[in-house]
Amino acid sequence: MSRVAVAVAAPVEEPRVRSSSLWRDGVRRLRRNKLAVAGGIVIALLCVVAIFADFLAPLPYTKSNFGRLNEAPSRDFPLGTDLLGRDLLSRMIYGARVSMLVGLGAQVIVVLIGVPIGALSGYIGGRTDMFLTRFIDVMYAFPRLLFVILLMSMLGAGLTNIFIAIGLTGWVGIARQTRAQVLAIKEKEFIDGARALGAGFRRLLMRHILPNALTPIVVAVTFGIPEAIFTEAALSFIGVGINPPTPSWGQMVGEGQQYIRSYWHLCVFPSIAIAVTMLSFTFFGDGVRDALDPKLK
Amino acid sequence: MFQFALARVLWLVPTLLAMALVTFLVMHATPGSPLDPVAEGANPLSPEAQKNLAAHYGLDRPLYEQFAIFITKAVQGDFGNSFVYKTRTVSEIIVQTFPISLLLGSMALALAIVVGLTLGILAAIYQNRAWDYVSVSLATVGVAVPNFVLAVFLIILFSFGVPLFPTGGWESPRNWVLPTVALALAPMGIIARFTRASMLEVIRADYTLTARAKGLGELPVIFKHALKNAFIPVVTLLGPMFAAVGTGSFFVESIFRVPGMGRFFVLSMTGRDYPMIMAVVMTYGAFLAVMNLVVDLLYGVLDPRIRY
Repeated sequence: MSRVAVAVAAPVEEPRVRSSSLWRDGVRRLRRNKLAVAGGIVIALLCVVAIFADFLAPLPYTKSNFGRLNEAPSRDFPLGTDLLGRDLLSRMIYGARVSMLVGLGAQVIVVLIGVPIGALSGYIGGRTDMFLTRFIDVMYAFPRLLFVILLMSMLGAGLTNIFIAIGLTGWVGIARQTRAQVLAIKEKEFIDGARALGAGFRRLLMRHILPNALTPIVVAVTFGIPEAIFTEAALSFIGVGINPPTPSWGQMVGEGQQYIRSYWHLCVFPSIAIAVTMLSFTFFGDGVRDALDPKLK
Repeated sequence: MFQFALARVLWLVPTLLAMALVTFLVMHATPGSPLDPVAEGANPLSPEAQKNLAAHYGLDRPLYEQFAIFITKAVQGDFGNSFVYKTRTVSEIIVQTFPISLLLGSMALALAIVVGLTLGILAAIYQNRAWDYVSVSLATVGVAVPNFVLAVFLIILFSFGVPLFPTGGWESPRNWVLPTVALALAPMGIIARFTRASMLEVIRADYTLTARAKGLGELPVIFKHALKNAFIPVVTLLGPMFAAVGTGSFFVESIFRVPGMGRFFVLSMTGRDYPMIMAVVMTYGAFLAVMNLVVDLLYGVLDPRIRY
């Protein structure tokens, strides 16, 4: 008899052990992934550079020095000067601001459009769902970058238009993910339970369904950020992205690669910046995905 | 199977129509017109001249009529005259440049498939050993880094560092090497990553264990039993890969000065060359849609478990 009492009593002490939530587990697993940590550190550094560009850049990004065009890296100009005699390092630092702004900002728009559409489509079902899915399928069939280039060349270059173009094309993937999640979750018993307790449409969706659908959305966002950065770089590379004189790494590569034989530094440094940024986000994204996937525990 | 194939083929029609309609609407709904002079303030046309030009190109008609005319002519392979290259029809330009893009794309894809599969298989067999790390890092770089950045590094390495290949042009097969590699790296990375994951799963499957248990050697197990099954999910990737190669070609073609269709894509759009925009978008779109169709059908043929 006493043994049974002990066995029953033991769980009472349980609350002292910190509960292991999905997110806490995720952070723990993410910390153990060295590549992901390295990626995260680089991303944090890039954010700092982007935010404090005004203090970090040795010169304004528009300041031309016509006596010293296309100079190779030297003590005065650590990364050399460009075709108009502007300091390459300063332009790269401000370029980080554009990349980060597009990467993070575009994802906010993508989530704001994609998640509601996906959630409504999955939750309401029926004819609304069929219409929205058809629409999503057609959008999906359209080669993404083609559509973005089309939109940008029609709207004209500029940061706002980049947000619009990426937002209008990028929500499809996230909407699909959200819809699939909502479809699966809304059949679960705890939703029936909540509904039986009188939870309304909004409360059900916001408090019960969406929080449980969050993991794949977070993963999609972590991969969406480098994709948006890539899109901006690609658009600026072909000349329909950022408006000059605002510096963008992609635009610098596009302009510099024409003079690669004479002035290698013009395109090599921005190329390295793009490569390092994209790799960091990929490592970090892979880490987040692995960390949040309970199957891999 | 036949019914499914027929349905998928018929679906092409509304898909392409929707694509044409979206492009057409975006084209006309946004500011700017082919009648405006290209550069600001450069030789503005008088209102009469604009009117004449609009009538000549049919731009004064209502939009739905313009769209209907475009569709009926496009079906017959007539995309009209380019607004920018006034002496050439759009079809002429496409016929001249598309085969070059197609050759570049096919070579890149072939290279990507061969190298990607090899890397993926090696990585899976030697999991967590040197080969695995080599192929995973190559794959990650290929997937993550944009191809125009890779192209810059390739030129620095193999044109300047070790002068093996020219920096651009399209005259001889030696010119083809760098653009092909630059274009192939991204799809190669995708294939390698996917093949690795799929092989790892198959290697642990029961039927592989059975094959080993009955005394088969390593090679027959890998090539006869594991590989065939690992291929199936990889086939689904071919669709997105065609898209990656197609859109990637704009950048690679412009860096390596390849006289393909890619550069017309951007040029036609910034120049508001309406007939050219429609033709280029539809050529790419139709090509990708057909390839996706082929992939879907191939999937059914390869995997006997799938029934439509």
